[in-house]
Amino acid sequence: MITFSINGQEVGGEEGWTVLDVARWHGIEIPTLCHHEAMEPFGACRLCAVEVDDGRRTRVVISCMYPIREGIKVQTETPRVANVRRWIAQLLLDESPQAPNIQELAKSFGVTPSRFKKTGVESACHLCGLCIRACQEVVGVQALTFGNRGVLKEVTSPYHRRSQDCIRCGTCLYVCPTGAMEQIFPLVSSE
Amino acid sequence: MQITSIDDLQKAKVGGLAQLYPPKPKILVGMATCGLAAGAQRVYDLLHKKAQQEHWEGVVEKTGCIGICYQEPLVDLIIPGKPRVTYAEMSPEKAEALWEELAAGRVPEKQVLARMDVDGMILDGGPRKLYQGKLKGFLAKVPRYEDLDFFKLQRHIAMRNCGFIDPDNLLQYIARGGYFALYTALTTMTPDQVIQAVTTAGLRGRGGGGFPTGVKWASCRKAKGWPKYVLCNADEGDPGAYMDRSLIEGDPHSILEGMLIGAYAIGSSEGYIYVRAEYPLAVKTLQRAILAAREAGLLGTNILGSGFSFDLKLNLGGGAFVCGESTALMASIEGKPGEPRAKYVHTADKGLWNRPSNLNNVETWANVPVIIAKGADWYRDIGTEGSKGTKIFSLVGQVKNVGLVEVPMGVSIKQMVQDIGGGVPEDREFKALQIGGPSGGCIPREQWDLPIDFDSLWDAGAMMGSGGMIVMDNSTCMVDVAKFFLDFLIDESCGKCIPCRLGLKRMRELLEEFSSGKGSLEDLEELQSLSEAVKDGSLCALGGSAPNPVLTTLRYFREEYEAHILHHKCPAAVCKELITYTITPELCNGCTACVQECPQGAITGTKKEPHTLNSALCIKCGACFEVCKFGAVAVA
Ligand SMILES: Cc1cc2nc3c(=O)[nH]c(=O)nc-3n(C[C@H](O)[C@H](O)[C@H](O)COP(=O)(O)O)c2cc1C
Ligand code: SF4
Ligand code: SF4
Ligand code: SF4
Ligand code: FES
Ligand code: FES
Repeated sequence: MITFSINGQEVGGEEGWTVLDVARWHGIEIPTLCHHEAMEPFGACRLCAVEVDDGRRTRVVISCMYPIREGIKVQTETPRVANVRRWIAQLLLDESPQAPNIQELAKSFGVTPSRFKKTGVESACHLCGLCIRACQEVVGVQALTFGNRGVLKEVTSPYHRRSQDCIRCGTCLYVCPTGAMEQIFPLVSSE
Repeated sequence: MQITSIDDLQKAKVGGLAQLYPPKPKILVGMATCGLAAGAQRVYDLLHKKAQQEHWEGVVEKTGCIGICYQEPLVDLIIPGKPRVTYAEMSPEKAEALWEELAAGRVPEKQVLARMDVDGMILDGGPRKLYQGKLKGFLAKVPRYEDLDFFKLQRHIAMRNCGFIDPDNLLQYIARGGYFALYTALTTMTPDQVIQAVTTAGLRGRGGGGFPTGVKWASCRKAKGWPKYVLCNADEGDPGAYMDRSLIEGDPHSILEGMLIGAYAIGSSEGYIYVRAEYPLAVKTLQRAILAAREAGLLGTNILGSGFSFDLKLNLGGGAFVCGESTALMASIEGKPGEPRAKYVHTADKGLWNRPSNLNNVETWANVPVIIAKGADWYRDIGTEGSKGTKIFSLVGQVKNVGLVEVPMGVSIKQMVQDIGGGVPEDREFKALQIGGPSGGCIPREQWDLPIDFDSLWDAGAMMGSGGMIVMDNSTCMVDVAKFFLDFLIDESCGKCIPCRLGLKRMRELLEEFSSGKGSLEDLEELQSLSEAVKDGSLCALGGSAPNPVLTTLRYFREEYEAHILHHKCPAAVCKELITYTITPELCNGCTACVQECPQGAITGTKKEPHTLNSALCIKCGACFEVCKFGAVAVA
């Protein structure tokens, strides 16, 4: 048993658990987007940020991947953490102001679209990679992958061709937190 | 030649010395990429041909880059019993003239840059005086290297062999003390003693973070798992920085020897060098060095009869800047996309193929043999309290002397710019030094006494990075600078995490508004808080340090941002939307030069009468400003 604190509260967990695992166990809320119990953590959305004091220094880490260590002090709602999350929500909302799931997320952070918001039909995909991981880790095929990089990064099928590996199980549709897979699926799945 | 014992090493050294300083004249041509770019190949070809045609007694060889890139191509003349003489800015024609002189038995005088009286040979038992007695005549008047402003403050430790040896020649490397440090480590030191020496020496990583090398090695040594990997980061993606390329092209064995010593200390028998594919000459040089070392038995099994085995592979980089990041680099070697991953479990424990791995930068590795050969205390004496040894910088921008500069840690910005760089152009003022690569920071004139070392730079909001240095004068707009570096980083972001992928783009959008005079002071606060969110929230150090150019310019040049926002002025007259070009009638003599340059036909007038500029047509290309010899075109 490893013991440490979250927001001053004494908590504990087993070797191999993450801060997020322990927080959830104790009913402490931490927002997430790219995390799913059934899959390997990926660390892309950064919404689950928390501040950790490990005795040497204090820094912002992501709770879905940070392994618990004896005696660390975790804070889930500091000004730095709030700033990171607010900006993520803002940036997501401006990228896809129409997507209901993103709107909901943004509302919980109290952000509204800014003058930089995108217009027109936008994909709500935020590259959380859940569909890809679900396809690989849960279904066991590799029908989906990331393509491109930077602002052009996208979810696609290998070689941009409709994937022959896809068994049309729909797992990717099910795990997608933004609803974007609905649009991507017809382009990548097998016929 | 097999080198499997100390006797073999000694023999190789004697053979190598006879090549380094033969009893006959020798011509050296600097043929690293920088030299080649300046035309060194044609100079070499000409001299080589002449030497053959005329059955010259001497030899013509190639060598690496000694750092004076602005004077290239360089040719050196080494005549027994005379100082070495360096000739600058050579061309085939000038080389021919040089040859004529030489053939006539004279020491050529044209194009001379400097002479070298003593070859430091730091690893090989001290300085070697190249001549006896007193110099007379022409040679006495040639400045010594150490008299040149560019070299006065320099100290070549990592670059110890660059510009001295033929990089493809193993014997010449050995002649300058090469592979003796490896022998010492293997035969007289335990791995822990090697780690202790590197720790005591205070060596910190030259690849950016400045992490203590000895500590890194110790944790990899301790880590459970097998095999362990020793890796060299030669990805060097910083635009304009080329110290690693230069080290590889000038002295590849120093990196191999460093890695061998590190592998022995860590307990590894396999290594990789991850090198940028866009560095063809560096790749070839490394390939040849690895082959030569393998042939000699310096890579492979039972090295130098010690029982220690190690071998190396080359891996060509994926071409993206982010591939230089340690976890992305390892993913790339594994054949996966070069994307970073969280490092909460250290790569020392789980790195390449989830095995314990130790990654160091090219320059870090090149320093290792020196520490073993000269001892930790010798090394510790150089540099500042927290930053030991020297660092290579690539000095570019608005200074006279540009090139590679290796100086002891702690040299001040002022010394770097004024003394080594020779200052900014006469009619300008030094404004800032941008240091640390694209995500480094801009340090202003007010701070130019700052010593350049890891911790001072960090406190100032910049970083050592890999050692890129850009000198900026008052013709540079700091908002524009921030935009420039962000553009690079946006292009290079892998896109995996949201703060970096979307945050940098938003920062860029805010800056764009400022540089066109829009935005408000509130937006400056937004830019500040967004920068902090990106810094805190990003997955890897690309995003984590990407806001530095914005944060440092906000910190030191806030009034410049405010001038854009509040007064719609760009003080450096760079941001197009905020400047206007006008013609001052009193100064214009109607030469019509600008009329011909202006692509818009915005300037009209009668010959020999003051002209007028129609600002409605002007696209602010600045062509008239550049071409007017009378200072009649004003920009504000
Ligand atoms: C985006 C990014 C690019 C990097 N590029 C390089 C590089 O080209 N060469 C390098 O040595 N280190 C680079 N680094 C630093 C490496 O991650 C790593 O810290 C370094 O190679 C470790 O070696 P050192 O301890 O000897 O400095 C980069 C880091 C980041 C975040
Ligand atoms: S399609 Fe959905 S699940 Fe897949 S990466 Fe995009 S947002 Fe995530
Ligand atoms: S910080 Fe940028 S480069 Fe690094 S993982 Fe995130 S998106 Fe990729
Ligand atoms: S170049 Fe200068 S002097 Fe000549 S016409 Fe133009 S403004 Fe006048
Ligand atoms: S939930 Fe942790 S990074 Fe996305
Ligand atoms: S199962 Fe993943 S796309 Fe079909």
